[in-house]
Amino acid sequence: MSIRFDSVTVAYDGNVVLDALDLTVAPGEVMALLGPSGSGKTTALRAVAGFVRPASGRVLLGERDVTDLPPHRRGIGMVVQQYALFPHLRVEDNVAFGLKARKTPKAEIRRRVAEALEMTGMAAYARRHPRELSGGQQQRVAIARALAIRPAVLLLDEPLSALDARLRSGMLAELARLHRELPEVSILYVTHDQMEALTLADRIAVMDKARLQACGTPQELYRAPANAFTASFVGNANLLPVTVPARGAVLGDAELTLDTAGAAAGARATLCVRPHLVGLGEGPNRLTGTVREIQWRGATHRLYVDVAGHTVRADLPELREAPAHGERITVHFAPEDAVLLAAGVSGDEH
Amino acid sequence: MLVHSRGARWAVWAVFALLFLPLFALPLLVVLGASFATHWSGALPSGPTTANYRTVVRGEALHALTTSLLTAVAASVLALTVGTWAALAAAALGRGRRRVLDALFVLPVAVPSVVVGLSVLVAFSRPPLLLNGTRWIVILAHTVLVTAFAYQSVSAALARLDPAYEQAAASLGAGPAYVLWRVRLPLLLPSLTAAAGLCFALSMGELSATMMLYPPDWTPLPVLIYAATDRGALFTGSAVAVVLMAATLLVLFAVSRARTRASYR
Repeated sequence: MSIRFDSVTVAYDGNVVLDALDLTVAPGEVMALLGPSGSGKTTALRAVAGFVRPASGRVLLGERDVTDLPPHRRGIGMVVQQYALFPHLRVEDNVAFGLKARKTPKAEIRRRVAEALEMTGMAAYARRHPRELSGGQQQRVAIARALAIRPAVLLLDEPLSALDARLRSGMLAELARLHRELPEVSILYVTHDQMEALTLADRIAVMDKARLQACGTPQELYRAPANAFTASFVGNANLLPVTVPARGAVLGDAELTLDTAGAAAGARATLCVRPHLVGLGEGPNRLTGTVREIQWRGATHRLYVDVAGHTVRADLPELREAPAHGERITVHFAPEDAVLLAAGVSGDEH
Repeated sequence: MLVHSRGARWAVWAVFALLFLPLFALPLLVVLGASFATHWSGALPSGPTTANYRTVVRGEALHALTTSLLTAVAASVLALTVGTWAALAAAALGRGRRRVLDALFVLPVAVPSVVVGLSVLVAFSRPPLLLNGTRWIVILAHTVLVTAFAYQSVSAALARLDPAYEQAAASLGAGPAYVLWRVRLPLLLPSLTAAAGLCFALSMGELSATMMLYPPDWTPLPVLIYAATDRGALFTGSAVAVVLMAATLLVLFAVSRARTRASYR
């Protein structure tokens, strides 16, 4: 079932926390809402669930306008950050909860609880209480509970953020598998973690300051970000202010060759290039600067190079002879790896 | 641990024993001693006897014990129902109106219980609500007095209850009534039993308002203790007091057992 935000605005005490969101999630699609905290992504999800009431705009599930429906009439599966498993009920009763509330026949409940627990690999834990489970297991039960009611729409609110890093990547693969098994379920996935969004989502909606900043497939957002915020939040790009003469671009005293279509001659613009596409040594589009910081990260070296008053980050495959701190070096990037954005402030350095 | 050194820990225990024993435990022991005595002129009670208890298990005192137990159970059940209902309603209100409700429910505790007794007496002494002279006026006064505690403890528990549980239940298709019965009340159960124990204990010991209201056929134990000591029967009074204490503690113990079984975390 599709999810449609039709100019949805949410405000608390006059503070706009979600500003005229227009977004459609296609049936069976995984859409990630990606953004920092306070960006409005969770508010958008809660508007679909029915826990916040839009000040204006409509929320549609399929063809049905659900804006004025209470949460329990919407038929949505939801998993929240802290799982919210009912502590007084056993795992099987937690999973059966939604079915009992809908007065499903007993035999049917038993069958569907078994099926949901099987699907999430929790069948062996049916008789346990939530407090007897680890975080990852609780997570699986929460997903089983949401899936047991066979929702056409599944809302996931930072479902992995309470897990440790190793468990997280395992659960990510698990979620991808579940979606392959249930291809007709639309998933709205709220996260602040770009890796989760890039891995799992068919499309990503990038949110910041209560607004939708960009929306597209992970590849689109990664290769051709629409604005500086998207470029820095997705893939942590280098953002460098340049001026654009008739052809190419200028950064400090370096002249760069790149596609400047769309930028007016003489204008100021922001050059966006991913750290892992920056190479060491001579090549096209040379930039020369001093090494301010060098970090060894096992498989890679991260270099911070000061170029004409700006810091360029380069992620290089582990170097045999790494440059020393304070050394003057040259880095380069290929013209096709750079994108020119309308002028903006350079992003945060991570 | 706040206190690390061994010596300091001993000192803390010593101070605790010095303060706690004379203030809290000793008076109760004195009553226990007196309940088995016929005289108390020296440092210790003398003339050990069980005669005081033989009076207690007969007639008047036994009747008073049942009266107290029935009153306390009725008042606790009523107070818990009303208090929980009000707390649930208050939780759904805005901050301003909730403050008003909070103040309203704390009123019977803030006002001296003699005043509560008097106002109940004045209010229900005329038709159409003529309760004066019946057991119901005692139960009513006790309910009014202990509802405040039920309301407060349930309110506090509700404020701590994570709204994520209700929301998860609602998203699974449970209507508000189903959420209340299957999620909120079960999660509140530990606080409800704690509140029930508190209400029961308070009602068992209530004297000042009861004094103004009790009819001759509905004399709770505290009134009997007061009457006995007032006419000089100190040792019989002590025996009744011990029975009151034991009955209350027994019920509280049973409630706390139920409570540990009802707590999940």
